[in-house]
Amino acid sequence: MKTLGRIVSFLVYFFLYAPLLVMIVFSFNAGKSTSVFSGFSLRWYGELFSGGGMLIECLRNSLLLAVLSAVIATLIGTVAAIGIYRLKKGFVSGAILTVNNIPLMNPDIVTGVSMMLLFVFAAGLFGALNATNFYTLLIAHVTFNIPYVILNVLPKLRQSDPTLYEAALDLGCTPQKAFFKVTMPQITSGILAGLLMAFTLSFDDFVISYYTSGPDFVTLPVYIYSLVKKTVKPNIYALYSIILVAILVLLIVYNAILSRSDTKKEGN
Amino acid sequence: MTGAKAGASASVLTEKKEKTSLGAKLLNAPYLLWSAVFIVVPILMVVFYAFSETVGYYEISFTAGGREYVCELPAAEDLTLEGAKEQAAAQAGVSLADATFTHASLEYRSGGFTLANLKEVWSPASRRAMLLSFLYSLAATAISLVIAYPFAYALSRSGAKSQRIQMLLIMLPMWMNMLVRTYSWQQILENNGVINKALAFLGLGPATMLGTSGAVILGMVYNYLPYMILPIYTVMSKIDVSLLEAADDLGCNWLQKLWRLILPLSVPGIISGLIMVFVPSISTFYISQKMSNGMIKLVGDLIESKIKDQWAGGGLNVGAAMSLVLMVIILVCTFVMNRFSDDDGGGMVV
Repeated sequence: MKTLGRIVSFLVYFFLYAPLLVMIVFSFNAGKSTSVFSGFSLRWYGELFSGGGMLIECLRNSLLLAVLSAVIATLIGTVAAIGIYRLKKGFVSGAILTVNNIPLMNPDIVTGVSMMLLFVFAAGLFGALNATNFYTLLIAHVTFNIPYVILNVLPKLRQSDPTLYEAALDLGCTPQKAFFKVTMPQITSGILAGLLMAFTLSFDDFVISYYTSGPDFVTLPVYIYSLVKKTVKPNIYALYSIILVAILVLLIVYNAILSRSDTKKEGN
Repeated sequence: MTGAKAGASASVLTEKKEKTSLGAKLLNAPYLLWSAVFIVVPILMVVFYAFSETVGYYEISFTAGGREYVCELPAAEDLTLEGAKEQAAAQAGVSLADATFTHASLEYRSGGFTLANLKEVWSPASRRAMLLSFLYSLAATAISLVIAYPFAYALSRSGAKSQRIQMLLIMLPMWMNMLVRTYSWQQILENNGVINKALAFLGLGPATMLGTSGAVILGMVYNYLPYMILPIYTVMSKIDVSLLEAADDLGCNWLQKLWRLILPLSVPGIISGLIMVFVPSISTFYISQKMSNGMIKLVGDLIESKIKDQWAGGGLNVGAAMSLVLMVIILVCTFVMNRFSDDDGGGMVV
């Protein structure tokens, strides 16, 4: 059983990392091909850093969108999580949680198409020329991010000790002060985890963006999709090799946050 | 606690309850509104477009003899824009030469109720795509389960530090863009890709891999395998080690241990893994497009190509109808799978 497990583990990691390995190797390709290696070179990295180009512009767009949508979703989602937590368990809280589950359960293509139809319908009503633009894209990203924020914050609230909040009130805190001094520190790790998750989901999203973005604001994945039909150059591999390193750092930070909150819990 | 104190705190508590319930309502208001407009209404939009038809019409405005005319003509297959201009002028009783056209275009809007879109979902091409999607995603889900199960078991039995590092290793590819990873696979499987180079080196091949069902299923398994590993690992890491030891002590062999102990306890993880692989697999369009060079069309591909047509040919309506059917299929499948987890009594682990 144990050796079988080892062999399976090795094969799985090989399988998971094979395309990433190919990506990294070909990012150093001297030629223009992504399948024929013709010598080592840093030209694609140099090109990324020297000239802006569409790739960098779209990267900037994607980062901007990810930050904006993550922050907005975290604000709305955290407030919503507190609201749901304070509701008595019943029809309303059940309904909110069910609706909250829809974007989680629905395939991306259905979420994307459904939102696009809303925007097309609204554009028809108001006589707008383009149904989708930056704002519709932002709305879509905030919408699919909020459920993940709630999913991260609500359990922290349920784990938090309600008597501490009540004690703060009894000792003369205003509800606001009690919330920020007592409840907030107990859910901060959940909020941060939600923010980080929202950021990465938004940054990585292709399908929903594909349906809800307009020509005025193109994100990196949507741009890459439009490219692939022609030919992809190794500069995309170079860019994503850099992103891979960035994500590795981000994941380590995320894990550190999680493990810190874990040890805190154990300490208590 | 004395009686008086208890009474006092109880009254404070009821007072607080009233306050928070109003506060809770206010706190819930923004998201309630947001989710109503941007989650519930879009779903209703899908239903609306799925059951309505698209009406094309020519919008023509022109001036003649100092008067402005605006007119709308229903589009027909044998009516060109020029023909529509002539008709519009004729209707107004103006000769075509006198009219100065300021605007002429073909426009679309939603029309009345129809079942034609759903009928198109039942067309042979679309039926085939649905069947293929279902079979491919079923195969991808089954293969993922077979790979993920022993992997998750081994992972859950390894040391704490190794578990932490391995979790990171599994999640890292998940955060990399799926388009780039799938594209990379396409390059590996290509006729002059890495695998065929290796085969040629061994004096074998070349093997055509892109465009086969196997390549599409591989793409699905690759992209969604972590979604199978993670939930199974989560339930397995919660299994009490003393239970496994007890089974050993009582003389269970590994097969009995697996069948009578580990498997029943990991059912909830398996169920969520199945759903999390099945749902994105059945609805993908990018993976099938890349891994088959556009030769294999799944439901997602059809939705994508229909929606791309927008109004022309009622693309939005047919796309919406297909999305609706896909949503219903997924709803039924997840409902059935969730039933399984309830009946097995494995739910107690969660």
